[in-house]
Amino acid sequence: MMNYNSSPTAPLNYLNHKTGLWSWLTSTDHKRIGLLYLYAITVFFCTAAVLGLLMKIEKFAPGETIMTAQTYNGIFTIHGIIMIFIVVIPGLAAVFGNIFLPIMIGAKDVAFPKLNLFSWYVYIAGSVLGLYSQFAKGHVPDAGWTFYVPYSAEVNSNIVIALTAAFILGFASILTGLNFIVTMHRMRAPGMGWFRMPLFPWSLYATAWIQILATPIIGITLLMVIAERTLQIGFFDPALGGDPVLYQHLFWIYSHPAVYVMILPAMGVVSEIFPTFSQKPIFGYMPIVFSSLAIALVGYFVWGHHMFTSGMSYEARWFFSFLTFLVAIPSAIKVFNWLSTMYGGSVDLKPPLLYAISFIFLFTIGGFTGLTLGSLATNIQTHNTDFVVAHFHYIIFGGMGFGFFAAIHYWYPKIYGRMYNNRWANIAWGFVFTGFNVLYFPMFIIGLQGMPRRYFDYDPKFQTGQMISTIGAFILIIGLIGMISNLVYHIRRGAIAPANPWHGVTLEWQVPSPPPHENFDEIPVITHDPYLFEHPVTK
Amino acid sequence: MSTTEHTEHSQYIDSETGKLGMWLFLFTELFLFGGLFIVYAVMRSKYSGDFHHAALELNAFIGATNTVVLLVSSMTVAMSLTAIQKNRPQLAIALIFITLILAGVFMMNKYFEWGHKFELHLYPGSDVMKTLPHGEIMFFGLYYMMTGLHALHVIIGGVLLTIVIFKLKSGKINREHYLLQENGALYWHLVDLIWIFLFPLLYLIT
Repeated sequence: MMNYNSSPTAPLNYLNHKTGLWSWLTSTDHKRIGLLYLYAITVFFCTAAVLGLLMKIEKFAPGETIMTAQTYNGIFTIHGIIMIFIVVIPGLAAVFGNIFLPIMIGAKDVAFPKLNLFSWYVYIAGSVLGLYSQFAKGHVPDAGWTFYVPYSAEVNSNIVIALTAAFILGFASILTGLNFIVTMHRMRAPGMGWFRMPLFPWSLYATAWIQILATPIIGITLLMVIAERTLQIGFFDPALGGDPVLYQHLFWIYSHPAVYVMILPAMGVVSEIFPTFSQKPIFGYMPIVFSSLAIALVGYFVWGHHMFTSGMSYEARWFFSFLTFLVAIPSAIKVFNWLSTMYGGSVDLKPPLLYAISFIFLFTIGGFTGLTLGSLATNIQTHNTDFVVAHFHYIIFGGMGFGFFAAIHYWYPKIYGRMYNNRWANIAWGFVFTGFNVLYFPMFIIGLQGMPRRYFDYDPKFQTGQMISTIGAFILIIGLIGMISNLVYHIRRGAIAPANPWHGVTLEWQVPSPPPHENFDEIPVITHDPYLFEHPVTK
Repeated sequence: MSTTEHTEHSQYIDSETGKLGMWLFLFTELFLFGGLFIVYAVMRSKYSGDFHHAALELNAFIGATNTVVLLVSSMTVAMSLTAIQKNRPQLAIALIFITLILAGVFMMNKYFEWGHKFELHLYPGSDVMKTLPHGEIMFFGLYYMMTGLHALHVIIGGVLLTIVIFKLKSGKINREHYLLQENGALYWHLVDLIWIFLFPLLYLIT
């Protein structure tokens, strides 16, 4: 983490103004905290990706291939816990939100820098506890990341540790969201009215409200399951008079909005990338802003579509299905706006734009299959099949994941002051994009044919689909290794990046690469809208 | 929006900023208890008869006493803010001290109340509890969970106000900068507010 910039004449920046591990672990600089999140998340992502590959290898052939059913249950549980609670939910907001939110609104730091550092430690504590559930005495948790009761209340495994970990991670998420909202309300640069704020901060604003308003519900729900396991208070266990469907309601009241916590910042990232790489103002700034807020608002009221087959009245199912269709509208508005931004622009197909375009492609497939699941009739066929798993990964990995990759390729030169290898990045993208589709698309088909999710074994008639899917997993992993090694290798060896390599116009491109410790020598005064390309770049 | 204060980095967080953060945090606390209120509502409609019987077991007099105690403590903590605004730190310390004593009284009452239930073997997982109908077990489960979580908040609020007393003594909280005291008082009002809802739900509706 030290000695980023070897040149003694280089101006001091946030990476080298202080050195030593201790200076990183105690830094309240939002950019350093963002990097701390980035490194932690990268490690956890790689771990969980390998676990995913193991699951796919197991499914290469029917029957027991490399692991027992119980091991498989444990692996899909920890894969889910790590990916959802440790990687994807904090993901973009904690990494790129921390590094770029203050710079993009013209502030020197977030509103509460110490609280920001504290959130990281809370996050690490939760993550470590999550890992501990794997190594503590007793059986590894095997209830899935959704912890459905009554199984999670009765099974003899380290569920309480995993639940506590998720509770603590939720706390970190709340504190980050709170910090961001206050930052945007109180610290925008002079002249930056709400509607001069760039779209990535806007998406973080919508995200932060969901984090604040939804996360406490999962917190108390997990506490109730802990009470159920330790004190035999049967809130949810029918044997004790509880209501398991009530658990599902409470769980999804948080966990569905959490999907928008994951995807909204990714939408914000591509909303930055399309104007920059088209050298053209974003098409429909206001509709994008309001569709973010609409997604946050409507997304809060669609949780019931996870439970169409769990036992709900027809009216409730009708209502949740209708709202689910409604939430597709603001998402579609965004897609059309991004495409229109490219139309007539001077499009420069660099790696960030490649990932951003892939985002649209994959997110659209994920979105449409989401409507298949949101329809009451088709849901009965597809519920709890691989179709759901494929849909979910198209949205979360294809959406949030590719948004994350787009963000790291877009902001990498700003973060490190170095450039990665473009050609290398393009080739890696090819592997990642191909591997992703080969891995997940067959799961739509075998899912429709009736392949249930969470099973370690399957009927031989699904073998072709499963084999193709496993091959895709290997291609994807190769692509990920290529992408990450390109990025890591060039942190110190890449060509020196200029302050504004992509000719962007938002504030982060007006400061040096890497930015100085306090971002701005003088707080800028904002006099115009965020995406004005006054002097089009001629290539 | 005003812009002058943003550029200055001092050891004190701007008061409006700090209070906005606290209010957002208080929202999350309300939602935390909100989850329990949802479960209460669902279970009450499912087992209304059992809830009626079980609620008779609670002592409304102790509950009412505790309500008065907390309301008065909310008043004293609010008065302490006026005291520091009028530059009378000694008075502010005294008023917060009274608040802490009232918090102690509340916890004492709670202790005796819970202790009495334990004597009757009315606690989760006990032999007596297992013989009760599902709805009554649920009521007592919710009773312990809600009042227990609330008691935890009383303790956190008490610790927060104790810190405020020390900072008042050292002069770090003073007439110009009393954000921590204000936020501590806000938190204490939240503790009070939640009890205002718990009291009728558990003690009065029978």
